[in-house]
Amino acid sequence: MSHPLPINNQESFVLNLGPQHPATHGVLRVKLTMDGEYIMHAEPVLGYIHRMHEKMGENRTWAQFMPNTGRMDYLSALSFNHCYAALVEKAMGIEVPERAEYLRVITVELNRISSHLVWFGAFILDLGGFSPLLYAFDDREHILDLLESVTGSRLTYCYFRFGGLYNDIDENFVDGTREFIKTMRERLPMYHNLVTKNIILIKRIKDIGPISKETIRKYGATGPVARGSGIDYDIRKNEPYSIYPEFDFDIPVYTECDSMARYMVRMDEIEQSMRIIEQALDKLPEGPIMAPKVPKILKPPKGDYYQAVESARGSLGMRAVSDGTNKAYRLKVRSPTFSNLSLFSEVSEGMLLPDALALMGSLDLVIPEIDR
Amino acid sequence: MNMVNGIFMDFNKLKERLTALALIEEVPATPPAAPAKGEEEQPPAEPAAPVSRPAASETDYPVRGFHLDVKVAADSVVAAATILDEEGFFLEAVTGVDWIKDKELEVVYDYTIWQPTCRVVIRTRLNREAPEVPTISEVCPGANWHERETHDFFGIKFSGHPDLTPLLLPEDADFHPLLKDFQV
Repeated sequence: MSHPLPINNQESFVLNLGPQHPATHGVLRVKLTMDGEYIMHAEPVLGYIHRMHEKMGENRTWAQFMPNTGRMDYLSALSFNHCYAALVEKAMGIEVPERAEYLRVITVELNRISSHLVWFGAFILDLGGFSPLLYAFDDREHILDLLESVTGSRLTYCYFRFGGLYNDIDENFVDGTREFIKTMRERLPMYHNLVTKNIILIKRIKDIGPISKETIRKYGATGPVARGSGIDYDIRKNEPYSIYPEFDFDIPVYTECDSMARYMVRMDEIEQSMRIIEQALDKLPEGPIMAPKVPKILKPPKGDYYQAVESARGSLGMRAVSDGTNKAYRLKVRSPTFSNLSLFSEVSEGMLLPDALALMGSLDLVIPEIDR
Repeated sequence: MNMVNGIFMDFNKLKERLTALALIEEVPATPPAAPAKGEEEQPPAEPAAPVSRPAASETDYPVRGFHLDVKVAADSVVAAATILDEEGFFLEAVTGVDWIKDKELEVVYDYTIWQPTCRVVIRTRLNREAPEVPTISEVCPGANWHERETHDFFGIKFSGHPDLTPLLLPEDADFHPLLKDFQV
């Protein structure tokens, strides 16, 4: 709902949302200029957990930077692993064995589901519903256990290596993943019955926070935010990497542009990710998980390189400039939510505060990934 | 032409439009072939005169990750952004590179488009002592934060930018950590 009357500047006041506020998911502060319950102007204030990963990228060898990639987006760390590994492999011309590519896709897609589950729980929590979070964390726990068994960690993964992976999977992982997919397929209809069809949720997010196609493009928003505005753009399809072209999956696109559309895109993506994992498990080839001859000291040829992957939140890009030494001369990380959040100021203008919080939740913000 | 749904079809047209903006660079003429084995070493021939050409080149996408690389003068970045915006591109990121040995700072703009796959890089070099480049945030509002971030990290001034206060660094930061002479 937009502001019905001309905004009266005389009676405006400033409201601080955050930096410690449950609805901002971490330390994001938004400086709101309010007219009663309506937002006149919203200004996100960033940087509370800025760690300068890009400088660390210049001070460490190429391989030493890999653990950093797991610490930017704590919900879909494997996408960052994937982007960085693919970037350096591209620069070095390293061929990754087929089995490793399959395992990369399986683990990244599991990670995407777990990320969407946290978003699902937290989003409903923002809107005042507590119990879906507990259900979502229950399901997510299975994924974390599975990923822990192969990667060794539960959140800040450092599983990818240049030319392959750190660890192979075993029978238990395959059985556990199939079991999880079976359970999740039973849980999703329940989520839809409990939450998606819930009249309170519909009233809170349907037609709320519409983002036009043009706004999406002008701000460079990507991922489920763009796909909720009718844009069929997914790096996995539009700029295929790894072995995604081998799989049959759909890109959910909704044209309503509202928070509900973004909600539906992510819910549908859970099913699509499960389809990819199933196909990958069926076709999983035998073989090595590491390329045979990866040099111990990496010195990519001079020049700059760009790699994009689809993280759970959108188009994640890394640009490396190499000067031919064992360290990056420059390493830029283009994080998707940085661009996705930048449109908040424009879109939230004239909105009711609770509606703006619904909009913010539907953007799926992960602050350490914005701040880097 | 409807820009929102405008499907970018003609790579050559885009290349032509951007080439018109590109700087003219001098590249050495084709280097002489190395003498074959067994052949007696020839005295080096007179170096051929360098060739002038616009600094816009198609790059090898599978190796580099982008299709078109254009070097422009600092005052052409807005024109380049306008052309790309008209063709339906959007801005992915703005960043800098500190070429301290050349006493220059480079600003790199990454653009891409929804359909089809095409990535364009626009770059410009600035004097390291007084780095200043016009803002493109009027053409691409999304550039606002990217430019602020680049100002934080490199101290590059984006003239005409509405608000260059630190975005990711502390509000009183007077240092630029990605400069190569910044001591950690």
